[in-house]
Amino acid sequence: MKTYRYTEKKDTRSGFGAGLAELGRTNPNVVALCADLIGSLKMNQFIDENPERFFQIGIAEANMMGIAAGLTIGGKIPFTGTFANFSTGRVYDQIRQSIAYSNKNVKICASHAGLTLGEDGATHQILEDIGLMKMLPGMVVINTCDYNQTKAATIAIADYEGPVYLRFGRPAVPVFMPEDQVFEIGKAIQLQEGSDVTIVATGHLVWEALEAAKGLNEKGISAEVINIHTIKPLDDKAILESVAKTGCIVTAEEHNFLGGLGESVARVLALNDPTPQEFVATDDTFGESGTPAQLMDKYGLNSTAIIDKALKVIGRK
Amino acid sequence: MSNKKLHDLTTQVRRDILRMVHKVNSGHPGGSLGCAEFLVVLYTNIMNRKEGFDMNGIDEDLFFLSNGHISPVFYSVLAHSGYFPVEELNTFRLLDSRLQGHPTTHEGLPGVRIASGSLGQGLSVALGAAESKKLNNDNNLIYTLHGDGELQEGQNWEAIMYASAKNIDNLIATIDLNGKQIDGATDDVLPMGSIKGKFEAFDWIVIEVENGNDIDSIIEGMEIAKTATGKGKPVCVLLKTMMGNGVDFMMHTHAWHGKAPNDDQLEIALNQNPETLGDY
Repeated sequence: MKTYRYTEKKDTRSGFGAGLAELGRTNPNVVALCADLIGSLKMNQFIDENPERFFQIGIAEANMMGIAAGLTIGGKIPFTGTFANFSTGRVYDQIRQSIAYSNKNVKICASHAGLTLGEDGATHQILEDIGLMKMLPGMVVINTCDYNQTKAATIAIADYEGPVYLRFGRPAVPVFMPEDQVFEIGKAIQLQEGSDVTIVATGHLVWEALEAAKGLNEKGISAEVINIHTIKPLDDKAILESVAKTGCIVTAEEHNFLGGLGESVARVLALNDPTPQEFVATDDTFGESGTPAQLMDKYGLNSTAIIDKALKVIGRK
Repeated sequence: MSNKKLHDLTTQVRRDILRMVHKVNSGHPGGSLGCAEFLVVLYTNIMNRKEGFDMNGIDEDLFFLSNGHISPVFYSVLAHSGYFPVEELNTFRLLDSRLQGHPTTHEGLPGVRIASGSLGQGLSVALGAAESKKLNNDNNLIYTLHGDGELQEGQNWEAIMYASAKNIDNLIATIDLNGKQIDGATDDVLPMGSIKGKFEAFDWIVIEVENGNDIDSIIEGMEIAKTATGKGKPVCVLLKTMMGNGVDFMMHTHAWHGKAPNDDQLEIALNQNPETLGDY
């Protein structure tokens, strides 16, 4: 069993900020837009270094999405920055018509996704955004797990032609993915090899999945852990190869079970290899105020919950 | 283009509009007819356009149609401007056509740079294109067209506020003031007060064209608008038009906003607009 250690915790949004700053230095077509959340999105460095390529839109997310679509006409690669809630639900029709249907090369970068936004409560904690975005034809959906992966993904999506939704978050979480990784859209990463159960996790739940695998190992259970940063297009092959070995699967995400990663995985399995599956996800509910750790505990989105679901799904084999 | 040719082209565009919506018994003739003169003048006399079409539109003026439901007039003017064969108008709203009910880039129709139809989004897109031109040191202009009823969509006012705040002075937004929308007169549905006063309050340069169906008036107004660009402020043209213009029974009513003429009505309408350049 591989050992994953971390020396520091960092927020994934800072990985976005670092990736954007690097793009500012390497790709003259990259431009950035923000709707009054520069500090929260960690966009300061890009702005300091490229003030002429930054557009402060004000608190007007619909206008921001339209301006981003227009900026692509003339060859720019716009990165929009605001909270996940205001990046998706608030501006769904603008994204649908002006970006997705119009196939514009816009990168919608969304911080503070899910419950881990914390104390601000449910008005700001979107748990529906993966579903909203993955339903749009042609939209790529990525949910990164740590600082390094978020930085790598931010840089990688600039080279992909087409609309992308990049989801990350607010809290400091373990940095465990390699700094020099090559981020490949749609290519899942196997973090642990195992034979008894497959755990497919995205975003903040990837570290929890590794912790769960350790806990399961202590019980004599061999868990395979897959970091599935790209929810669309989904790496069907990686999932099917894994369940062919393990015969059961747990999906883990900081999102409603309706419309999330788990449902996408269930479809792949139903079509190709019906397999017992359990979902670590929120249960069709809104969030509430609290610390990130309290919320993840209350709503069952941590390593303990993954272990429980793994034991349950093994029993269903 | 000479005045005679502009009139002939406008008449032909009217015939195209009527025949397109009649064939599929759907579409929006009223607003299309009202903007025929404007779009003909814009594409033939006002805009600096390059041959052919590429999405980025570097070194040429660009146009964005925000009120996408007047696609018949847009398609006809694009076809007569050489973006695609005029015969393709025959496929309007049919299965597998590039001429969708509302304009889109999805089927790759040359001349269209953004999907529109869900209202209120075009000005934001145009602002992005205007910012892109500034970044590219491209001194050409961005033109847009919006319905007056469309201004009820809140996103417009986000964009209107941004445009003046950020000195977007390479853009001329035209509002089709026909005073009508689907459910009736704009003043009955949701009175908007002084649209001129609103744009001026948002620090735009406002130019009024009293007769937006008169070719000379449109040319004059748009030339003034052009000279108003580059002065640090966005420019708005308030174009007073007659919905259904050129077909007597479609004028002075909102009834033809989204309704096609039947066979008899088509014949009457076409007789009022005799063939000039030849039907497709």
